[in-house]
Amino acid sequence: MIENSDESGAKDGAGEIYRVAGPVVTAIGLKPRMYDVVFVGEESLMGEVIGLVREKTIIQVYEDTTGVKPGEEVVDTGKPLVLELGPGLLSSIYDGIQRPLPVLREKMGDYVERGVTAPGLDREKSWNFVPSIQEGDQINGGAIIGTVQESEHMEHRILAPTDAEGTVQSIKEGGYGVEDVVCTLDNGKNLKMMQTWPVRVPRPYKEKLMPEIPLITGQRVLDTFFPLAKGGTAAIPGGFGTGKTVTQHQLSKWSDAKIVVYVGCGERGNEMTEVLTEFPELEDPWTGAPLMQRTILIANTSNMPVAAREASVYTGVTIAEYFRDMGYHVSLMADSTSRWAEAMREISSRLEEMPGEEGYPAYLSARLSEFYERAGRVTALSGSEGSVSIIGAVSPPGGDFSEPITQGTLRIVKVFWALDTKLRERRHFPAINWLTSYSLYLSTLEDWFTKEVAPDFLRLRGWAMAVLQKEAELQEIVQLVGSDALPEEQRLTLEVARMLREIILQQNAYHKVDTYSDIKRQYILLQSIKKFSDLATRLIPLGISVEVIAGLNSKLLLSKVKYEEKFDEELDRALNKMEDEFKNLEAST
Amino acid sequence: MKEYRTIAEISGPLVFVEKTEAVGYGELVHISLADGTTKRGQVLDTSKDMVVVQVFEGTAGIDKSSGVKFLGETVKINVSKDMLGRILSGSGEPIDGGPPIIPEKRIEITGAAINPWARDSPSEWIQTGISTIDGMNTLVRGQKLPVFSGSGLPHNEIALQIARQAKVVGKEEEEFAVVFAAMGITHEEAQQFIKDFERTGALKRAVIFLNLADDPAIERLITPRMALTSAEYLAFEQDMHILVILTDMTNYCEALRQIGAAREEVPGRRGYPGYLYTDLATIYERAGRIKGKKGSITQIPIISMPDDDITHPIPDLSAYITEGQQVLDRNLHRKGIYPPLNPLDSLSRLMRLGIGEGLTRGDHDQVANQLYAAYAEGNDLRGLVAIVGKESLSERDRKFLEFAEMFENEFIRQGRDEERGIEETLKIAWRLLSTLPKGVLVKIDRETMEKYYPKEQAAPKKEPSEKKEETPVEKKKVTPVKERVVKE
Ligand SMILES: Nc1ncnc2c1ncn2[C@@H]1O[C@H](COP(=O)(O)OP(=O)(O)OP(=O)(O)O)[C@@H](O)[C@H]1O
Ligand SMILES: [Mg+2]
Repeated sequence: MIENSDESGAKDGAGEIYRVAGPVVTAIGLKPRMYDVVFVGEESLMGEVIGLVREKTIIQVYEDTTGVKPGEEVVDTGKPLVLELGPGLLSSIYDGIQRPLPVLREKMGDYVERGVTAPGLDREKSWNFVPSIQEGDQINGGAIIGTVQESEHMEHRILAPTDAEGTVQSIKEGGYGVEDVVCTLDNGKNLKMMQTWPVRVPRPYKEKLMPEIPLITGQRVLDTFFPLAKGGTAAIPGGFGTGKTVTQHQLSKWSDAKIVVYVGCGERGNEMTEVLTEFPELEDPWTGAPLMQRTILIANTSNMPVAAREASVYTGVTIAEYFRDMGYHVSLMADSTSRWAEAMREISSRLEEMPGEEGYPAYLSARLSEFYERAGRVTALSGSEGSVSIIGAVSPPGGDFSEPITQGTLRIVKVFWALDTKLRERRHFPAINWLTSYSLYLSTLEDWFTKEVAPDFLRLRGWAMAVLQKEAELQEIVQLVGSDALPEEQRLTLEVARMLREIILQQNAYHKVDTYSDIKRQYILLQSIKKFSDLATRLIPLGISVEVIAGLNSKLLLSKVKYEEKFDEELDRALNKMEDEFKNLEAST
Repeated sequence: MKEYRTIAEISGPLVFVEKTEAVGYGELVHISLADGTTKRGQVLDTSKDMVVVQVFEGTAGIDKSSGVKFLGETVKINVSKDMLGRILSGSGEPIDGGPPIIPEKRIEITGAAINPWARDSPSEWIQTGISTIDGMNTLVRGQKLPVFSGSGLPHNEIALQIARQAKVVGKEEEEFAVVFAAMGITHEEAQQFIKDFERTGALKRAVIFLNLADDPAIERLITPRMALTSAEYLAFEQDMHILVILTDMTNYCEALRQIGAAREEVPGRRGYPGYLYTDLATIYERAGRIKGKKGSITQIPIISMPDDDITHPIPDLSAYITEGQQVLDRNLHRKGIYPPLNPLDSLSRLMRLGIGEGLTRGDHDQVANQLYAAYAEGNDLRGLVAIVGKESLSERDRKFLEFAEMFENEFIRQGRDEERGIEETLKIAWRLLSTLPKGVLVKIDRETMEKYYPKEQAAPKKEPSEKKEETPVEKKKVTPVKERVVKE
């Protein structure tokens, strides 16, 4: 498997350790290429070449290096870090370098010890391969050659490697392992269900398409106010505890992606456990199958080796691209990209590289844009359309958005969901600041919303935004003189804005009903508030006070409709009550 | 074992040794001084030319002729069930005059990461008897939930009250113990803990590691790891439920900063090493539950916020790792409110796993949310009142303002030995919420309102209701502690 391209004197890719400093090992006597995978020391710890300085090779080691000594052997595999792609990926949980965590537990017990390798895909398992091409067909790289039903609702489309081209000489059907040959081309090339792909290299596609379809998430503040397009990029920055993880979990649960890849990059162990215990119990809202069946988890928690943390986001995005190439919409969550950047910083500082801003390596922003650049809606090599949407959490120190990762990310992504500590403190969840957040996809998504939701959807959204803007201005006055000093119309604006905040913007992820809000219902709720506002506006000149209007029963009913299992019924009740109450008020003048 | 006399340089807490044979990364080191004493250290960097050693007891007294031995193994601790009731130094040696600990096992203190797949989801809520915690930021077994404090605030009292009162309702019989690690705190503070453990009989069920203010600073880097290694042994091999108290993590971080400076590393924010997050994670993540194991580790690290600044890297990075935080508030403290826990800054991320129907009560989550929203709103209005006066507030706003006052005095405030059950906590909550117009309780759904909204008219007068709430508690006060002592 190792292609030995080395013609110089160095003997077959073996050298020795010169220095060990934490996760960074320096070796001598090797002639590797950048990013080659190497095995380090007596325990054969896996590492990757990240620097070549004169006769020295700098290696980041994916496992703990305690006890490793200078003089121990280092072996170069001559190959970069690759992933195994094929049936069996779905519902898996891997560490940052695609070692299946259940297998690691079998081999080493409850703790992640070192020196254990495990293939990403199960070799024992047999999958029923159904060809979708025939002998004599001409195929190109990336073509779909057959399918495997991974679970009831998940069809794994088997792709030819991107460099496989030719005429099909033979193709099989039936139960095979991932390494069995299922197809042979006339040029002698053998195709298996499994292929490998280097993690740091983006997978090719035919062409990029416009981001014209929204990723519907069932979260009102996201879908209605700051929508993300399928194939788009979004950042969720926020201080600790502001809701990055909950938002990403919500997106993983409810968004209308076919596949979800969740990368827990340098975050908490218990959060992974939560996904692992919750998702198998939850239903995929779009297919009814257990949610876990469409999910792949990469879990490299904060206390697992930093080098593997650095690799974990690449592992995630490569898997996402692979499913995109089958013609699926994939969303990739990276929680948190700050921990990824910190891993880069940690490694870089051990290399004694020239630090850039706040100690981050100078290539930080290049890495960030390369990563987000791997998002997109594309026509795949197979001709089908798929997408990778990337949603990256950012954890700014002290919650201060002026730091390099937040700023570097904002220069790249098109959607900005700004989490706000102040909102979190008053349990306004999701704590997304509606004044500072934005989506640059609004115009490209306009047609979709107009056609699929309602012609006036965006107009309604514009109205709501304007009310909220106005509220912010009025609040400044209130801070100086108190709300009593405001004229009635303005007090009504404050009241309507409060309704928008409490009914639309706030959404309890843990409430059984409120956790997901259908896009049509989002629209109806908004419309109802607008109606309330319009009716109230008519009454103010007639001398009805805002105090009275704010105390209306229908307003209370409206504020609770979102919690109701019988949404439509309760909404009608609220709307009827609203008509009645306003009529009565008007009659009373 | 070979002894080297090849120290090339001594710099701060670091010793540089040259011309050694191959030395392993992380190896334990003994340095013998001319006066016959031995200091211990650990290898931080090893190469063919030079080995860098961090010395736990400080480098004072070491000179270039001191002898250096590399022990060929990493730092380990002897563990056994006999550790219970013992007081050990910050590096695990008995200092209570008792016999050495007969090890059942010797374990590396670094501790590997728990495989996320092996973790079990924490789900049993711990009743601390403190309303702000149980009602709004519930602690769950297996959680890591620090207390953020500042100088002069009663974090020790609160930690002790939690340690005394903590129980899982219905499971009081299970084996439980406290592992307490002091890092750089004063003798007086340490005594406060030990005395209280003695008074309640908890000492028999505690393992105490002491690195005090006048003990070597670098030793603080191993003290919490010693403690957590013992905790893991007791929890996952001896089936016990362990509460780990680590105090003060700020002193730990200072020691880490010292090492970074001595190595001339590029510092991160405010001079702390860039790897502070990762390093802290290797401590805090050593909490939780493991599938198939009976025991658990719950961590309560105490962190003092320099200048009461929650954005300081130590509390900030800690909160990014832990599952929430309980934050002490100097304003509440000044108002004479104990415990001065500010629920607005505080958070328990695992709360919802432990509460709800069948665990605490069906309305718990929504009540907590509503309390937050209402207290936050009332609290905000205080600023406004200071400027425009109470008169310019609307009726609605006035109600919220009053709510905030009552909330602090009746919900947050409680006695140092007062143990409130969850029913009582929720009862107070509803009583306070019902002083607000029903229409503003938008965080509570219709069903829950119908089921739990107090039927009788709310009692807005403070005095009588407060008395009423306190009497039964006074009676309860000592019993739980006694019970526990007797049973064990
Ligand atoms: N939509 C929501 N509905 C209800 N509660 C929420 C919501 N979003 C966040 N929360 C609350 O906020 C807490 C913190 O959220 P989360 O864990 O997502 O924060 P985070 O930004 O990921 O923090 P960290 O950076 O420390 O990981 C949650 O435990 C939950 O209590
Ligand atoms: Mg998070």
